[in-house]
Amino acid sequence: MQRGSRELVDRAFTGVGLVSIVLLAAALLTLLGPIVLRGLGAFVFRGTVEHRRVLLEQFGRGDTEEVQRELAAARAAREPVYDMIAAFEREMKQAGPAERRAMGESLDGLKAALRELLGPLPGDPDPPLLRLRFGQTRWDRALVKLQSVLWREQYDYSDPTVMGRKVLVPRADEFRGTALEPLFDRLPAELEAMLRPRWTVYWGFLFDRSRDAHFFGGIWAELLGTVYLTVGAVLFAVPMGVASAIYLVEYAREDSRPVRLLRTCISTLAGVPSIVFGLFGLAFFINTLHVSSSKSVLAGSLTLAILILPLVIRSAEEALRAVPHTYKEASLSLGAGRWRTVATVILPAALPGILTGVVISMGRAAGETAPIIFTAAVSVGQPLALWEVFSRPTPALPWNIYNLCSEHQAVDEIRHVQYGMVLTLVALVLLLNSAAIFIRARISGRLRG
Amino acid sequence: MAVVSEKGAARVNPSVPVPSLPPSERPPPDPAPAPPAGRIHVAAEGFSVFYADVEAVRSVTLAIPQGRVTAIIGPSGCGKSTLLRAINRMNDLIPGCRVSGRLTLDGEDVYGPQIDVTALRQRVGMVFQKPNPFPKSVFDNVAFGPRIHGIRGRSQLEAVVERSLRRAALWGEVQDRLHENALGLSGGQQQRLCIARALAVQPELLLMDEPTSALDPIAASRIEDLIDELRGEYTVIIVTHNMQQAARVSDLTAFMYMGELVEFDATSRLFTSPAQARTQDYITGRFG
Ligand SMILES: Nc1ncnc2c1ncn2[C@@H]1O[C@H](COP(=O)(O)OP(=O)(O)O)[C@@H](O)[C@H]1O
Ligand SMILES: [Mg+2]
Repeated sequence: MQRGSRELVDRAFTGVGLVSIVLLAAALLTLLGPIVLRGLGAFVFRGTVEHRRVLLEQFGRGDTEEVQRELAAARAAREPVYDMIAAFEREMKQAGPAERRAMGESLDGLKAALRELLGPLPGDPDPPLLRLRFGQTRWDRALVKLQSVLWREQYDYSDPTVMGRKVLVPRADEFRGTALEPLFDRLPAELEAMLRPRWTVYWGFLFDRSRDAHFFGGIWAELLGTVYLTVGAVLFAVPMGVASAIYLVEYAREDSRPVRLLRTCISTLAGVPSIVFGLFGLAFFINTLHVSSSKSVLAGSLTLAILILPLVIRSAEEALRAVPHTYKEASLSLGAGRWRTVATVILPAALPGILTGVVISMGRAAGETAPIIFTAAVSVGQPLALWEVFSRPTPALPWNIYNLCSEHQAVDEIRHVQYGMVLTLVALVLLLNSAAIFIRARISGRLRG
Repeated sequence: MAVVSEKGAARVNPSVPVPSLPPSERPPPDPAPAPPAGRIHVAAEGFSVFYADVEAVRSVTLAIPQGRVTAIIGPSGCGKSTLLRAINRMNDLIPGCRVSGRLTLDGEDVYGPQIDVTALRQRVGMVFQKPNPFPKSVFDNVAFGPRIHGIRGRSQLEAVVERSLRRAALWGEVQDRLHENALGLSGGQQQRLCIARALAVQPELLLMDEPTSALDPIAASRIEDLIDELRGEYTVIIVTHNMQQAARVSDLTAFMYMGELVEFDATSRLFTSPAQARTQDYITGRFG
């Protein structure tokens, strides 16, 4: 090749490498950016007085007097709205039956929208669902709800060739000339006084239980469940995995047929889709071994343990193989037995590598969904005490993210919880991986002196 | 250059004689052992070591006296390490390695059925070519052997560690950093630490496989001084590449060539008036 073209090829390769790194970084940023930004919305947001009321009434946190004072002020600000409704209802009594019927329907729609925004109206019976007892706790959601007070959704079927078209009708038009007409100017202007939004940092999102299927509160049950499952998986997988790795590296004869078969099996295990592990866990741990009568943290941990076992074995094997042969020779030459050598020389020297593998596999276990669907995860549940892990299922971040995004009856209302959970899970996994890097640097620094 | 050619020679079928030597000049199969001074410590009789089918040590017979320093010299690949490592059975680690003939330590068959390899290795210490301290503290390195042989008491261990480090002429340099990582020591210090570590299990015999080849000349000469000090108390067998070193430190020298023991004699005699032509060629630098 000519010198010129050789340089060209070199430069082309450098360029391709650079471009792919930049693309990767961009992809990572576009992926992580929204996760972080929107996830933070679960922790830092403009909380309304209703949020503080929830905290006080449901979680016993906050200054009672302060909240009462705020509530009184908010109620005073809402009073004119309720008065207008009362005045309108009095007007209706005088109206003719046809008009009354027509306006009654409009009024019911308005009242429903107002209830969602501000909570129960005066005179309403106590609602059965917790979520109906409070107004909007977040200002961003309150603004959305305000729109549905101001505008009514309607479908236009006039053109038979297309499907119904959504149109927004201003409710103000429906109440033109009545006592309610000023409401539609007043409400947007006075909403802040009615809900008193304030920037709030809500760490309770991590440590509070959820109330009424995540309408209120935090994700403690899911977080704790994920920790239980992950730690459980590691407790099972690490002793087994490290022991297998020691056997493979120190005892097994490389070239023997059973050992080769064993290796193939481990590689195959690493390639099995995780849903298969989930079904296997159900069939084997629950239905065959009966480790618990139905789903439990224990069964889930065992299933996850099998999932991460190949990862643990491989990283431990690599770490053990990386221990200089000279350590082993030195130990044996001093009269140490084989096991002694492994326990006192080889394992400690391989520890950074093994730990790194363990922590990375923890990250893997924490994020897996499929293996726990059939073995451990439930959509709604309370945080478990330690002794309950043997018999009870638990919510867990990966499964509940899916569940909240797809099967929750009010998916749109709790977007912030979904993003908050995703951020928490991502942060957990990143934390574990940085811990791995840290451990590695720290211990291998010590080994190198 | 010479290294390349002799390695090549060592790899060809060992039964083929070296081209430069007419068959008539091959040594008698059983070279006369040097007159051993004092009790015999290690004795080999027709001792061979095979790696799979390759006979790396070929029917060696020799008797190494106690309390002396014996050097094994010879071009690389001639089986020095193999012979040395046969004495504490480190070759057991290598799959496919087997021995024939007899090798005894104090009259006891090293490959006998009732031998306890762990106890054997306690009696026969070993120092390797590259310093190989454990990635632990200086103290833990030296205490490693005593600990595995059941010494637990702190004060006892401290006494053993100090005694061994003094014996290895390292105490003065490390007494203030006993609990620092041994890998922070210099190469020469590391090697003396390895000697101290070997001495800590109170062996009778010390095997050294080119212990100074990875060190600078000053560190190497300190090791040589140390070997000199160990003379008398320990039997030392040292493999070396370096003929000056063999001449300086050893009482007896064995010259090996292509797995065979060519000559074994008092160092002074072997280097001044070797009985074998091949020894002569080697020590005058005609090959190897
Ligand atoms: N682990 C091994 N497997 C197979 N052959 C080996 C092994 N170690 C050494 N040998 C061979 O045995 C011969 C002697 O090796 P060695 O004892 O290391 O020589 P020296 O120490 O004198 O340089 C050489 O030919 C070498 O290639
Ligand atoms: Mg060698």
